[in-house]
Amino acid sequence: MSKYTEDDLKIELETKEYEYGFYTNIESETFPIGLNEEIVRAISLKKEEPEWMTEWRIDAFRAWKEMIEPEWANVRYEKPDFQAISYYSAPKQVDPNKTLDDVDPELLEMYKKLGISVDEQKMMNNVAMDIVVDSVSVATTFKKTLGEKGIIFCPISEAIKEHPELVKKYLGTVVPQKDNFYAALNSAVFSDGSFCYIPKGVRCPMELSTYFRINQAGTGQFERTLVIADEGSYVSYLEGCTAPSRDENQLHAAVVELIALDDAEIKYSTVQNWFPGNKEGKGGVYNFVTKRGLCETNAKISWTQVETGSAVTWKYPSCVLKGDNSVGEFYSIAVTNNYQQADTGTKMIHLGKNTKSTIISKGISAGKSQNSYRGLVQISPRAENARNFSQCDSLLMGNNCGAHTFPYIESKNPSAKIEHEATTSKIGEDQVFYCNQRGIPTEKAIALIVNGFSKDVLNKLPMEFAVEAQKLLEISLEGSVG
Amino acid sequence: MLSIKNLHASIGDKEILKGINIEVKAGEVHAIMGPNGSGKSTLSAVIAGNENYEVTDGEVFLDGEDLADLAPEERAHKGVFLSFQYPVEIPGVSVTNFMKTAINESRKANGQEEMPANEMLKVIREKSELLEIDRKFLSRSLNEGFSGGEKKRNEIFQMAMLEPKLAILDETDSGLDIDALRIVANGVNKLKSEKNAIIVITHYQRLLDYIVPDFVHVLYNGRIVKSGGKELAYELEEKGYDWIKAEN
Repeated sequence: MSKYTEDDLKIELETKEYEYGFYTNIESETFPIGLNEEIVRAISLKKEEPEWMTEWRIDAFRAWKEMIEPEWANVRYEKPDFQAISYYSAPKQVDPNKTLDDVDPELLEMYKKLGISVDEQKMMNNVAMDIVVDSVSVATTFKKTLGEKGIIFCPISEAIKEHPELVKKYLGTVVPQKDNFYAALNSAVFSDGSFCYIPKGVRCPMELSTYFRINQAGTGQFERTLVIADEGSYVSYLEGCTAPSRDENQLHAAVVELIALDDAEIKYSTVQNWFPGNKEGKGGVYNFVTKRGLCETNAKISWTQVETGSAVTWKYPSCVLKGDNSVGEFYSIAVTNNYQQADTGTKMIHLGKNTKSTIISKGISAGKSQNSYRGLVQISPRAENARNFSQCDSLLMGNNCGAHTFPYIESKNPSAKIEHEATTSKIGEDQVFYCNQRGIPTEKAIALIVNGFSKDVLNKLPMEFAVEAQKLLEISLEGSVG
Repeated sequence: MLSIKNLHASIGDKEILKGINIEVKAGEVHAIMGPNGSGKSTLSAVIAGNENYEVTDGEVFLDGEDLADLAPEERAHKGVFLSFQYPVEIPGVSVTNFMKTAINESRKANGQEEMPANEMLKVIREKSELLEIDRKFLSRSLNEGFSGGEKKRNEIFQMAMLEPKLAILDETDSGLDIDALRIVANGVNKLKSEKNAIIVITHYQRLLDYIVPDFVHVLYNGRIVKSGGKELAYELEEKGYDWIKAEN
């Protein structure tokens, strides 16, 4: 029997195609490339939006034109040509009355490849799926069950038409149009996304789930998500991403806004697996996302993310702890391999009294990748007795990758208690040999060690996501020990 | 069962094993003794397949099969077990999870189904009782924050779980107090059978009061310089290693 070495493993990994790298040929209606006011108006018209929405977009577009792309992140990439992107693409013949049964067979096939076949979805008795394929939601389930509780869970384009008062009241209140370059771009051109409203005192009976997917070549995707948890309500929201493999870089600039009113709680979990580019660092998704939540009195927001994909990630899910006694949490696993670059972390803005935040960040770097944690803990002058605990751990595999930590702390109140812990470790040959000696092959040993390292965060994910996330960690790091 | 023939091994440019010959039959317990730096731990690492050591000459056979081309995990699947002198920590991985993974990987390699959860629980219960291990201990992260004694006891617990054909205990007695030593030795003795073999590597005769060897080999400067029955261990204890050094 010949010896199976790490080198063999590396070759196997390199030749392994991106698991979800396939392309479905759905006839699409795509706008000409480029961006100007006409295109913004055309998107709005296409979505049959009311006048106020069109104006809101135009405002954002005008602001965006004056803004410059941020360069402070610890990432290097070729800037996208924003005039070379088509800003709208929708699968044809969308009929709002369509049920899951008469969805385009090719789409159904695509779901199957993704492991989220419609049949399976129907059987998943506790998860309502709102699937965004190329900007337009094509299938929404469990609407009825949710409707009985007064919960609204629908594409945001539908919410703009059906629930304008809610959208008008909250859209852009946490992430203003002019917040940053990508948020402004998103505000101008967002094509679709999800909207969720949980009424007062209602506990959402199921995990709400959305699968996003980039499909059409050369089209950016700009989702907009708005989740509102009214007083005393609770919701757990899951977001999962996979993308097909492409040669040219694809831009993904989403905005997620969460609003937790008094005594409400929102759990927002993400598994992100966009195409990371090939082993030479060619291709892959640019993931420039703005996610922020607002907590009113006694409210709580938890962000949990497992980031394994994308060529470049720029993402800081944050909490504005406005109300007294509000709580913000951020649990993150970020994996980078080959030439991936991630600059991710969180901002915890303590405004109210007795506000509390927890940050647990686990960064895993392999190959020639760069993985940065960037976080801000800000305590305002009137935030009496604010508390923060931060823990940032980095795990390195091999000698060619990098792990960086940029923690910023700004405290303007002497009663604040802020703790920060950080560790950096390397997977040791001795650990791998120990596992080998017990009969565990190297690849499995690494998965085991990485899962152990990430356990504190994996435990925060809902069950069905935790399993998927563990698999993703394994796939992302196969053969990367050095 | 284990046949080592003219084994030479180096780390870097330094030759550490300079022609080792040992024959171990099923049902036997062999002790390998020797002063620090004589090559005892190198011998165990080479048998287990640690790639930091280069075998420059000679062979190691297990049941007639040359181990040279087998990776460490393949040797493990064939029943080689090494109780480490310094067990490593794996944070976040519980002892139970680690054992479950190890057992199922071996079963998979040997064409067996995964062990059903209820059977796994039963075996864990049995073996932890054998080694007087508190079950709470099994949900702790592997070796993380374990005392020296706990680490060694955990190694023997793993041996009990994996039921190896050939177990090499590398300085299992170091770091054990007298009570822990008795528990560990007692566990090893219960695991001993006509079908398996044990190699005990130790500095001191102390452990051999509990795990009684059939043969004792003295390793010095990369060679076996003396072999004999268990009385050799007493002789060594009495005369010290200077006796061996003087003769060689």
